[in-house]
Amino acid sequence: MADPMRIRAQASGDKATVRVLMSHEMESGQRKDGTGKTIPAWHIQDVTASLNGKPVMTAEWGPAVSKNPFLQFTIKGAKAGDKVAITWKDNKGDTRTDEATVS
Amino acid sequence: MQTRRETLKHSAAVAGLLASTGLFPQYAQAFDKAAFDAKTVADAVKAMGGGAPAESKDVTITGPDIAENGAVVPLAVSTTLPNVKRVLLLVEKNPNALIAMFNVSPEVEANFATRAKMGQSSDVYAVAITNDGKALFAKKEVKVTLGGCGG
Repeated sequence: MADPMRIRAQASGDKATVRVLMSHEMESGQRKDGTGKTIPAWHIQDVTASLNGKPVMTAEWGPAVSKNPFLQFTIKGAKAGDKVAITWKDNKGDTRTDEATVS
Repeated sequence: MQTRRETLKHSAAVAGLLASTGLFPQYAQAFDKAAFDAKTVADAVKAMGGGAPAESKDVTITGPDIAENGAVVPLAVSTTLPNVKRVLLLVEKNPNALIAMFNVSPEVEANFATRAKMGQSSDVYAVAITNDGKALFAKKEVKVTLGGCGG
């Protein structure tokens, strides 16, 4: 199981800016190891964000997103105290969900 | 009572069935592999359900003019267009052009930021695909001093 994500959600006015830092290797599938063999791609494929349990955003990522990915987006109508949950799933089927409270 | 041999045979048969129906977890994801395998910007946009891309002032891409480290290039896309279904982020000269796709819902603003790997200096594209399949893009040149794809 991967390390926890760091999620910060800050409300300003009627919307909240969410910043997420995930912990993932994001191997591109382009690099070669010492013996010249290609290292297979290993990356986050699906990202889902939900507000108080209701999905608000989904994303699909390729291997070209940087290692330990950063994501920032804005949820309309979110206010302090709301719960933001982020889930990712990688191409090996590993998945992780973390939650944060809008402040 | 099942023998060990029968049990093995059954599980092999079940695995075969699952594989043939595509129900193995790794194939059951919604991940759009065709789009992420596309080599060019136009192909990736097409695979994501957009028409021929047209340049638009209503789509904005933000990134550095010069990226010192191609492994971590901060890029942001935003658009003020209505009825946007998807926002794509692409790097023209990467081995596979598509970096990321975001599904826009009414609850979120069409404004996303992330970090991408770039193999070499290239144009980066932000493409907004509207509900009726129009693709509108903005592009920006980013110079990379150190590539982020090779070893």
